[in-house]
Amino acid sequence: MTELARTPLFEAHVELGARMVEFAGFSMPVQYTSIKQEHAAVRERAGLFDVSHMGQIHFRGPRAVTTVERLVSCRVDSLAVGRVRYGLLCNDGGGCVDDVTVYREADDALFLCVNAANIAKDVEWIRRHAPDRAGVEDRSTATGLLALQGPACAALLQALAKEGNATPVGELGRFRFARYEVAASDCLVSRTGYTGADGFEIYTPAGATRTVWDALLAVGEPHGLTPAGLGARDTLRLEAALPLYGHELDDTTSPLEAGLGRFVKRKRGGFIGHEAIEARDRKGATRQLIGFEMEGRGIARAGYGIADRDQEVGVVTSGAPSPTLGKSIGLGYVPPRLAEPGRAIDIVIRDKRVAARVVETPFV
Amino acid sequence: MADYNLPEENRYSKDDEWIRLEDDRFVVGVTDYAQQQLGDVVFVELPDVGSRYEVGQAYGVIESVKAVSDLYSPISGEIVEVNGDLEEAPESVNEDCYGVGWLIKISPDDPSAGKALMDASAYLAYIDERSDD
Repeated sequence: MTELARTPLFEAHVELGARMVEFAGFSMPVQYTSIKQEHAAVRERAGLFDVSHMGQIHFRGPRAVTTVERLVSCRVDSLAVGRVRYGLLCNDGGGCVDDVTVYREADDALFLCVNAANIAKDVEWIRRHAPDRAGVEDRSTATGLLALQGPACAALLQALAKEGNATPVGELGRFRFARYEVAASDCLVSRTGYTGADGFEIYTPAGATRTVWDALLAVGEPHGLTPAGLGARDTLRLEAALPLYGHELDDTTSPLEAGLGRFVKRKRGGFIGHEAIEARDRKGATRQLIGFEMEGRGIARAGYGIADRDQEVGVVTSGAPSPTLGKSIGLGYVPPRLAEPGRAIDIVIRDKRVAARVVETPFV
Repeated sequence: MADYNLPEENRYSKDDEWIRLEDDRFVVGVTDYAQQQLGDVVFVELPDVGSRYEVGQAYGVIESVKAVSDLYSPISGEIVEVNGDLEEAPESVNEDCYGVGWLIKISPDDPSAGKALMDASAYLAYIDERSDD
């Protein structure tokens, strides 16, 4: 077995008594106390996640914008400095290499925040398709990333962040970012997240991640801030119906099948994979991502079958009990004829068929 | 190293279940170690009363938020009662795994079957052995 990578917060997690698990080649905290409690903390107050395993790939120079424009499904030319957009890196077949957020730092500087499991694949893909390889830099290990999520976060971060000339951090709009001094460290703070809650993502120099983490936990304690692990991150993103690469998305899935058409410049095109995405759409999609709620007893899990009458017609990509709803929910692919909310389907749980119903997403 | 509550009067299986003799039947549940490892228990699937299981055979399923685990019968015998309250309150397994969080009651084929299982100190050593990995 190869040695697992560690984030700058590995020791902090161990000191907090976290249960550590392997995720994308990293040793990561799955929970500190209880997934349900950490989940509730984010919905009701605030939670702090270490997501330093995620990657950051930077683009610099006069060709930075045109390079990224050609790599991602979302528009980049219209992305103003200080704004973030979600998009897909697509392959020639219209499948997804990764799902990413694009940050416009300056006229000639951008970076992509990418999934930990895909850093090596993305870097290889990007270097192969970037006309100016010298302008591409993988800064994943030099960068720490904290996600501060939940309704109490703005007040909490406001107490700690010095804005200089920037907007006070509590007034930062959704999908906007700026640099702030947090716990005496120069950080990029972005009003984004992966929980469906209000919140911030804080990019730190790797050497300062621990200082910022400790300072946030200290300031946050009276606000009910709790450290939260990957377990709660997964149930939170599922309630918000946010896709997880490797589950809802992979190298064969088109963004349209995954219901992500609004993040694709369909008319404008000009990015790798556009022709294939449109060709697949003209031919007619064979599957569509749906959200469902269990009606019978049981929990749907990734890989379980989805059945209609006597036929297995689809597959569950994610499933869990929703702590907020008190119901079992899931995402999965079915033929488009079954994708209508209200449609009854069955989930095949240990060879038994359990009733479920297609519902609108997000779930909460 | 976490602390585990391992009552002396119970016997323990290598599949992290406990048994306790009550009259002529064994009460079965998961150990404190198992419930800590599982995390929040959210679903328990138990067998029908009257069904028979051999030692080591899977009789049910316990699910936490993240994981699905099989339950293996610590002894051979017939299921005479199951804890129906867990359908509504699976969290009882976390809150009181030796009390209201019990799983099944078995009428054993061999009333002395419990002797083949570990006592509390042997089971604690077995937990330690595995956490060295």
